[in-house]
Amino acid sequence: MNDLRHYETPLLPTPFDARTAAACKTHAWANWGGYRTVTTFEDLAMEHSAIRNSASVYDLCPMIKYRIEGPDAVAFLDRLTPRNVAKLRTGSVHYTIWCDDAGHLLDDGTLFRLTDTRFRLCCQERHLPWLLDSAHGFDVTVTEETEDIAALSLQGPTSAEILRRAGIDIDALKPFRMMDVPFATGRLMISRTGFTGDLGYELWTTPDLALPLWDRLMEAGHLHGLRPIGSDALNIARLEAGFIITGYDFTPAHVCLREDRLRTPLDMGLGWLIDWEKGHFTGRNALLKQRAKGPEWAFVGLEIDGNIPADGAILYRAQKHEAGVVTGACWSPTLKRNIALAQLRADLVKSPDLWAEIYALRELHYAKMMMRARVVDRPFYTPARRTLTPAARF
Amino acid sequence: MPSFDTIVIGAGPNGLAAAHRLAKGGASVLVLEAGAAPGGGAAALAHLSYNLDPRVEQGMDLARHGLTWATTALPTTALAADGNHLRMDGVLGARLSGNIDPADAKAWADLRARLLRFAAILAPLNTMTPPRPAADAKNPLLKLAMIGLKARMMGAAEFRELGRIFLTNVFDLLDDELRSPLLKGALAFDATLGSWLGPRSPNSVLPWLYRLSGATQGQQGALGLPEGGMPALATAMAKAAVAAGVTIRCNARVARIEVTDGTATGVTLTSGEEITAKRIVSALAPKTTLTALIGPRHLDNGLYTRARHQKARGGAARLDLTLSSLPDFRGADPTHRLLIAPSDQHVERAFNPVKYGEVPEEPVMELLIPTARTPAPDGQHRLSAIVQYAPHAPADRDAARAAMLAACLLQLERHAPGLTASVTETRLRMPYDIEAETGLPGGNWHAGELSVEQMLFLRPLPGIAQYRTPITGLWLASAGCHPGGGVSGTPGWNAALAMEAER
Repeated sequence: MNDLRHYETPLLPTPFDARTAAACKTHAWANWGGYRTVTTFEDLAMEHSAIRNSASVYDLCPMIKYRIEGPDAVAFLDRLTPRNVAKLRTGSVHYTIWCDDAGHLLDDGTLFRLTDTRFRLCCQERHLPWLLDSAHGFDVTVTEETEDIAALSLQGPTSAEILRRAGIDIDALKPFRMMDVPFATGRLMISRTGFTGDLGYELWTTPDLALPLWDRLMEAGHLHGLRPIGSDALNIARLEAGFIITGYDFTPAHVCLREDRLRTPLDMGLGWLIDWEKGHFTGRNALLKQRAKGPEWAFVGLEIDGNIPADGAILYRAQKHEAGVVTGACWSPTLKRNIALAQLRADLVKSPDLWAEIYALRELHYAKMMMRARVVDRPFYTPARRTLTPAARF
Repeated sequence: MPSFDTIVIGAGPNGLAAAHRLAKGGASVLVLEAGAAPGGGAAALAHLSYNLDPRVEQGMDLARHGLTWATTALPTTALAADGNHLRMDGVLGARLSGNIDPADAKAWADLRARLLRFAAILAPLNTMTPPRPAADAKNPLLKLAMIGLKARMMGAAEFRELGRIFLTNVFDLLDDELRSPLLKGALAFDATLGSWLGPRSPNSVLPWLYRLSGATQGQQGALGLPEGGMPALATAMAKAAVAAGVTIRCNARVARIEVTDGTATGVTLTSGEEITAKRIVSALAPKTTLTALIGPRHLDNGLYTRARHQKARGGAARLDLTLSSLPDFRGADPTHRLLIAPSDQHVERAFNPVKYGEVPEEPVMELLIPTARTPAPDGQHRLSAIVQYAPHAPADRDAARAAMLAACLLQLERHAPGLTASVTETRLRMPYDIEAETGLPGGNWHAGELSVEQMLFLRPLPGIAQYRTPITGLWLASAGCHPGGGVSGTPGWNAALAMEAER
């Protein structure tokens, strides 16, 4: 986009825009990474219900995507990310994170191993300078391919059946695996991944095939409750699944101004991703030190009394000593419980005396409530159908 | 092959100083030198001494190992093309005669005393591990406070003056006090020697104060010339190290430092030979050590990237001429250090083209004619010159070298008519030649530019300024570390002290 009139289009359309714009009856748009995206198409409750009870499509195009390719791709990624990339099989996907020298989180994302030497890294933030610097000394090329790929997330109990009806045999596809099929005039890559914690798939193709893909799914899914969803419904689903979002649940280090807001994987409950034995990765020395000392912060799931979402609530011990902050919260329609994700002081994870200070705006006046909060296991919700192979027919 | 607990990479003055101190402390030390003989930059580049660390000179007992001084207060003559020279006798131009504005004699005496005083106050920083700007850094607060206190005890006016000139530029500082072009030229040349700064470059005063904090035989600011030249100093250091039990292996180029699980375990030579040791001390430039000998796989991306981007541009070339007869610089004493730097403006103008990768038409230079003092057996004369400024990365290296040589000879001929006719041999080493020969990145004499943003706790890089690296067992001990360059041995000695403090 070197067009000097770019300012006339401050938000770009995604390759699915012709369909999403037509379906977005509320005109509730939001800016996601410079693209016009939908927060709610029609009705939030119906959209969330589609994720859990039928099927949903969600436009993933604004997600940042990098192509990483070359003989040293594995070595490069093993130095970039704390997880062991050598263990990631071709055709598989894993969740991953990466840190700066101080071990502070820069982002999380998913890493797709397309071939022995070719990967795709999907994430929330833009990191090309960091990735290019990291690539120095490795025989690897890093290319941003966000605009070269149209991606659509198909999630919900009937999603497998919709794909079958669309003529794609996904019975052998296991969670975190991917497959490649011919589609229209090109190819379609399908990964059994998603951000809802439910049965679901992510579909990847070229922008020219975006609309045919949308139409094929809609046609196949019209008797299976398929509907487009916006980011509001997805947010509720991801909270139920206990997934974190960079920029919401922690501030990435490269944009974080306040030193006490920086968070490491250990602070965020992501220590399980770190392979301490695989060799060096950026941030390893700092994280080893933190591991020896023990992290100051923990990241937890909470159940909170009442039914008012505790977004941004400050957490207290014994109703008066600050203990942390809620980073995401909702009334879960699936669980019929008030749930939250929170950064909590590590020494208080087992405290039976935690409280959330919730402000509810009621006719211009805030009602302040001190509600009891209990640390519970994450995910809050994880249905068996998510991992069943072949995926069940609904 | 006997085993060693410490390997020192590089037999330059810092490597030898560190090796000596560690061996005296009981370590079995192997020094690996890529070249055919020990000495590093001391033997290959430098032609006089201004900051040999007295701890090193005495600790290594260099006098017993063959170091004698031909002079410890080399006088300088600032050459004028018309023969109306400026003579600077004693330490740092203590006595001026010849081409000098009378008002300047007094002004220079004041400025000279002030610069030496300021440099002396900062000098204790040289022998310390640089403080770390962190809350839990365990800095030597008493020592630092003493430096501050001494600065304050100069009186309010001097303390304020130190603050005023601390980060200013050499050109303005000289312009404030002096008028004589030859004097200003000589001082501007000295202040920027070996750096990638012109007199007008911001912050050029602080590196000059660092230079003036050096001493020869206890005389601050004095220039020393060892008997036999700088290679003799390197030889004495090597002899002292060997006498202390150090093993020196020459023609042994280290290809990489072996690292296992974040710990240095040994080195592999270019021959393929592997040598293990618990401790590796690199006296090579930190940039080279981190990027070439360690590599990205064992370092965090941020640190590795900072190492790649560390500024290391060489601006000085070394010229060596063999002459059939002693040149006559219009009556100047040939045993002096001779400067061709007609004015501060000339020095700045010689820097201008280098910024754009081009060769200056009128380079400025420092000349020594050792054979004027001690005749060579072959009856020929040897002239060595450090010439500023030379581009470190010109578009065409051979053309730049040829143009630089022509410009140097023209400049010499202008000051010593007939000199070029007596030239029997020339050797000009541009910064890139120096890099190829010595491995100094960019051919920078300080193994990484000595400038404010790369000094103290920022030298060589923030986070690794205390000689220790993130690789367990790997230490840095080169001129690229605090306090910096010259043939001082100070960073090597400091590094050895830091290693002792570790235990």
